[in-house]
Amino acid sequence: MSALVVVRPGLLTTIQDRGRWGHQSDGVAVAGPMDEYSHRLANLLVGNPEEAAALEITLLGPEIVCEGGQILAVCGMEIGLTLNGRTVPAHTPFAAPDGATLKFGARRRGARGCLAVAGGIDVPAVLGSRATHLVSRMGPLGGRALTAGDRLVVGRPAGAPARGVSGPALSLPDGGARLRVLPGPQEDRFTARALQTLRSARYVVSSRSNRMGYLLDGPALEHAGSADILSDPTAFGAIQVPASGQPILLMADRQTTGGYPKVATVISADLPLAGQLAPGDWIEFEICAREEAIAALAQQDAALRGIRPARPSGPPA
Amino acid sequence: MARDFRIVGAGDASLLLEFAPRIDPAISRRVIAAAGALRAARPVGIRDIAIAYRSLAVYFDPLAIEADRLTALLEAAAEAPAAAEDEIRPPIVIPVRYGGAHGPDLPAVAAFGGCAEEEVVRRHAARTYRVYMLGFVPGFAYMGETDPRIAAPRRAVPRSRVPAGSVAIAGGQTGIYPSETPGGWQLVGRTDVTPFDPAREDPCLFRPGDRVRFQPIDGADPEASS
Repeated sequence: MSALVVVRPGLLTTIQDRGRWGHQSDGVAVAGPMDEYSHRLANLLVGNPEEAAALEITLLGPEIVCEGGQILAVCGMEIGLTLNGRTVPAHTPFAAPDGATLKFGARRRGARGCLAVAGGIDVPAVLGSRATHLVSRMGPLGGRALTAGDRLVVGRPAGAPARGVSGPALSLPDGGARLRVLPGPQEDRFTARALQTLRSARYVVSSRSNRMGYLLDGPALEHAGSADILSDPTAFGAIQVPASGQPILLMADRQTTGGYPKVATVISADLPLAGQLAPGDWIEFEICAREEAIAALAQQDAALRGIRPARPSGPPA
Repeated sequence: MARDFRIVGAGDASLLLEFAPRIDPAISRRVIAAAGALRAARPVGIRDIAIAYRSLAVYFDPLAIEADRLTALLEAAAEAPAAAEDEIRPPIVIPVRYGGAHGPDLPAVAAFGGCAEEEVVRRHAARTYRVYMLGFVPGFAYMGETDPRIAAPRRAVPRSRVPAGSVAIAGGQTGIYPSETPGGWQLVGRTDVTPFDPAREDPCLFRPGDRVRFQPIDGADPEASS
């Protein structure tokens, strides 16, 4: 049995799997990775199923001792990475010997990384998921971020890592990003000028941003009528606009419902890119067609399928 | 017959089924029936269903099921007959210690209604409420509708900490805070009932469509908060 021992937790490191789906009608938020693409890729590189539990790292990474030794991979943001002081490449599996120290250094691009370990993080599931939702304190470790001294038991590896393969890394923001959106579901609650502003203005992710959502600074979006609607369901990537006109981009830890109109919704293929934005980064929104949104998602999925390593024969995990 | 609903996309991975924009038991029954019909159909590729006052969202994997096909299923579900009254669960009775330290906003609600605190309690406990939806935090049930006399609006300044089990009013809605959270509703009492426990076989006490009654019980000294 091996474990990852947390020496320093980093800025905000949480255990995530692909999210706590299936309970939103009970008010249970989905949580999960801000950059789900990098989560899936890191897991595939170490031979895990995509939905295995891994660590999400934010801006400043943790310092971890690899007790018992493991196969690991880091995907997502571009950040310095050393194992026992030696630089290790990202987006490829690497072996950590028993007692090795993994350290993260300076962040270069992006905001979040995924550290996956062969076998996954072995913690109890809550409502079928190992995702952490901080605000409702649901998930492993009592629903909190990692802290110094945490000892995370690693599961038994199910498949072989992708030896000698480098994963197709997500393109990271360069000071900001263009996010493709589909209009709605409440675009009819906004003026024509608001929709024009949305597709032409530049917004900045304010410091009042977190896993629940990004408050965006920039030109106000004008409502055609009241800014209040009856609470309705809220999707990952929805751009909701309260009376102030300042848009809020809803992210992984968003509440299940909300009472503000949503002018547009970021397409699934661009959610990982949105998850790589940090306060101070800019966003420009671009309206695309549904067909393009699906094609972009299919392309991402194909890139991940290309990485599926050889498994021992047997039923799929 | 004219359709009384519409289906719109919300991004590329969810569809929204919407009825008329109002809080109405008949509309709520349609939403709940549609959710039930969709769950019964169990199409591959659906990740989740979320229920709200007059709408329902279905979250799906766009690579596993096409939006057009799911729209057709949703249209059929929207026409599903609502459950008969006798298929609905019996009313859930919630014992409440009203006022004092358990209900620090009871005086404010009384002032709003121009009546005594005892009258607020009587009016709150007199109605059978309907659960319209759950949201905000796990297990928080939005119930309606409160007697207009005691339908005090949210506090101007929310509390940073509301004790778990607090029974509260905000305008025409009433509810129970399942856990300690910030909150802006008017706190009128406290219950020991746990609206949400992930360890329970049925973690969530309330479902949309449930009927709820509040029953005043004697409060001794306020218990130490758990």
